[in-house]
Amino acid sequence: MKLKRGLLVALPLGFLAVFYLYPVASILLTGLVEDGSLNLTPFGDVLTSASLRSIAWFTIWQAVASTALTVLAAMPIAYVFARFEFPGKRVLSALLTIPFVMPTVVVGSAFLALLGSQSPVGINLTRTIWIIFAAHVFFNLSVVVRTVGGLWSHLDPRLEEAARTLGATHWQAFRTVTLPMLRPALVAASSIVFLFAFTSFGVILILGGLTYTTLEVEIYRQTVVFGNFGLAAALAVLQLVGVTLILWVYSRYQRDREVGLSLLPSASVARRPASLRQRLVVAGTIGYLGLLVAVPLVVLIVRSFDTGNALGFYRALFETGTGSTAFVSPAEAIGNSLWIAGVATFIALVVGMSAAAVVAYSSGRAARSFDLFLMLPLGTSAVTIGFGMLIALDWPIDLRANVLLIPLAHALVAIPFVVRLSVPVMRSVQPRLREAAAVLGASPARIWREIDLPIAARALAVSAGFAFAISLGEFGATSFIARPDTPTLPIAIFRLLGRPGALNFGRAMAMSTILMAVTATVVLLVDRFRVRDVGEF
Amino acid sequence: MIATRSAHGIRARTGALALGLALAATACSSEGPETLTVLTHDSFAISQSTLDAFTEETGIEVALLDGGDAGLMLAQAILTKDNPIADVIFGVDNTFLSRAVEEQITIPYAATALEDLHPFTRLDDTNRFTPIDYGDVCLQYDKEIIETDFDIVDTRKLFYDPGVGGGLVVEDPSTSSPGLAFLLATIAAFPDGWQDYWTVLRQEGVLVVPGWEEAYYGEFSGASDGDRPIVVSYASSPVAEVVFATEPIEEPATAIVEESCFRQVEFAGILDGTDSRDTAEQFIDFMLSARFQEDIPLNMYVFPALRSAALPQVFVEHAVIAESPLSLDPAVIAANRDRWIEEWTEIVLR
Repeated sequence: MKLKRGLLVALPLGFLAVFYLYPVASILLTGLVEDGSLNLTPFGDVLTSASLRSIAWFTIWQAVASTALTVLAAMPIAYVFARFEFPGKRVLSALLTIPFVMPTVVVGSAFLALLGSQSPVGINLTRTIWIIFAAHVFFNLSVVVRTVGGLWSHLDPRLEEAARTLGATHWQAFRTVTLPMLRPALVAASSIVFLFAFTSFGVILILGGLTYTTLEVEIYRQTVVFGNFGLAAALAVLQLVGVTLILWVYSRYQRDREVGLSLLPSASVARRPASLRQRLVVAGTIGYLGLLVAVPLVVLIVRSFDTGNALGFYRALFETGTGSTAFVSPAEAIGNSLWIAGVATFIALVVGMSAAAVVAYSSGRAARSFDLFLMLPLGTSAVTIGFGMLIALDWPIDLRANVLLIPLAHALVAIPFVVRLSVPVMRSVQPRLREAAAVLGASPARIWREIDLPIAARALAVSAGFAFAISLGEFGATSFIARPDTPTLPIAIFRLLGRPGALNFGRAMAMSTILMAVTATVVLLVDRFRVRDVGEF
Repeated sequence: MIATRSAHGIRARTGALALGLALAATACSSEGPETLTVLTHDSFAISQSTLDAFTEETGIEVALLDGGDAGLMLAQAILTKDNPIADVIFGVDNTFLSRAVEEQITIPYAATALEDLHPFTRLDDTNRFTPIDYGDVCLQYDKEIIETDFDIVDTRKLFYDPGVGGGLVVEDPSTSSPGLAFLLATIAAFPDGWQDYWTVLRQEGVLVVPGWEEAYYGEFSGASDGDRPIVVSYASSPVAEVVFATEPIEEPATAIVEESCFRQVEFAGILDGTDSRDTAEQFIDFMLSARFQEDIPLNMYVFPALRSAALPQVFVEHAVIAESPLSLDPAVIAANRDRWIEEWTEIVLR
């Protein structure tokens, strides 16, 4: 047991040490060491600069606000998905993941078309904080819906009904019965959304109209534009300290608030909407979801067909510019995206599940620190990680220009997801179940297989879906490392968008539509791939 | 999952094994025919058949490494100069040239065809960087709107009169290479008055976006649903408009303001520390061969540095090459670049 446990700890620790800690430490030292001695003056510059202080403050408050808004926007959807059965539910739930993977530059153009100066509904949010919030909600909605909705769909509704029978209002029953049970999933989802908003880059740059700056954007500017590695390093340290502090406070707040749950198969929880009121709630939620998520995506799809010949842009994807090194056929882009995402998902699941097992089945300060450490890659600037990899990973194997660095870098973003989504589910297994099985003579392996696995499988499916999506969407440091010629769907979109000409823009929209289709298909398949639903043993 | 004898342990081991095998496989693949790695920016493109011709001639395979935009690519090259990630770098332009030369990331090489290049491209007398192509960043306008709605006949006004700022969308010089080129154009044209020029542009409502994509496909009326009839783009954009039209067109609906053009020259260099120096020199010479040079326009929409290189017909018909483009000494750019960007940011964005 000891040895196995050691392995479980060593795998994630080793992975993060090599692909996260070592690169980040290398780049920070490069920035802060001058002529062999540590130069701490950039920290002075950071702490005394009023504009940098305001950037830090903006980074934090917009992330908190974005997280709160995302959770608020997602809860009604999560509720309806958990409690009601209706046609097309699985497909809708998969479609919900699409925004998550879409390149910001593509969605940004749809947002500006809808909420910019040419807005068809007359709402001009250009260069306001609201368009940033709207985009953060749009991109991250699925994280909350799928995580919280996933748990909610297994909660016994009779508990809430009992509270209602005892005279509680809907709201009281929700607040005192359901909410505490949902808390682990809520905490997991909101901390991930917070980290995404905290390190927001593309949304801020493209939709913020350059008047808003986050630490992430400033680190990029200092590194890439001004070559000021010292200041960039100081900012990166500040960002890390901030993330660590916030996560620590959050985890202290969360500690000991977990409750053992009795979970039911989701099929026995969800019902068809019976009354007119329930039907209206379901229909209203789907409509609201359409406004929030589908409209910007539909704009892009419409543009991909917006030519004299309805399939013209799609045909052009195969026919135009085929002789060029910059040409990417849709098949090649899909192939590259899929295998890279497959490898990234595999790494993230193996590393993430080992880490989650360690965190879920241990307690004490060491486990909590380990848990917190696992989240840090999500809260570290992508430039810092990317440039760190570039200077650190040249020995013993030169990985810097190796195509495998791409899925490895994607996995780094996906691991915190896997851990966050799995730990609450693993903890929700009531120890009594395991004890009972042991008393009845089941071997540890059998207990794991019969009790833990079916429950973990649910987390596995949800986190595999997200790991895949993270890689399909080219999250993290891969924008900043030099890439060998293996163009994925987002890279193909960028290449097309980088050139003038109506045909190039149309092809970029067609490629974006293909990215949506691939994402939805993969998530649907992953959703179907479940060992057994919880409670069916 | 708990730590017992379980499928999990097996899966972890096969995972490690698969990863190890994959690493070993890629490590081995570098053997076989000699491979030259070329670090480029993400706008690089050339015909595959051109690269194949080089391989046939020399037996050397060319592997491309995409370093992102020009600024990011240079930052990567500087960071890795102790142990370069490639043998050749392509795409450093004159706005970054001095910084790249100062950092000594490349070694000098006098290409055979050096004397046959346009003299204005030869900006590096240390020969650490060899000119490959050039192109102009210019104001581009939507002909119909400018002529009818704005009622402007003399389009020089679009550059010289900042009063038209309400119709202009530009890129942030700190995040965009054409954005920086246009800032430099205004500094070259109005050395003492560029700050005032931008102050007026701001008052008139100039729109600033982070990159060319957002400007061109997001705001420019000539290429999107946007309402800005003037954009900072490339002199070759109207040509691309014809080549990449959805329905064949005779004339582009947009044109450029020649007086606003700032010339960008792109260079290639041999990265210091490469163990394929001879091969790299061969490739630099190949980039200056007629075959490669004449293949440049329709792939990258810039112009060949080689004087004798013939232009494709569509370029002859629609391309405008500014006769006396604006320019600044690369050393002056390097010395002032950061300060100018900061000043510009204060004037236009704060």
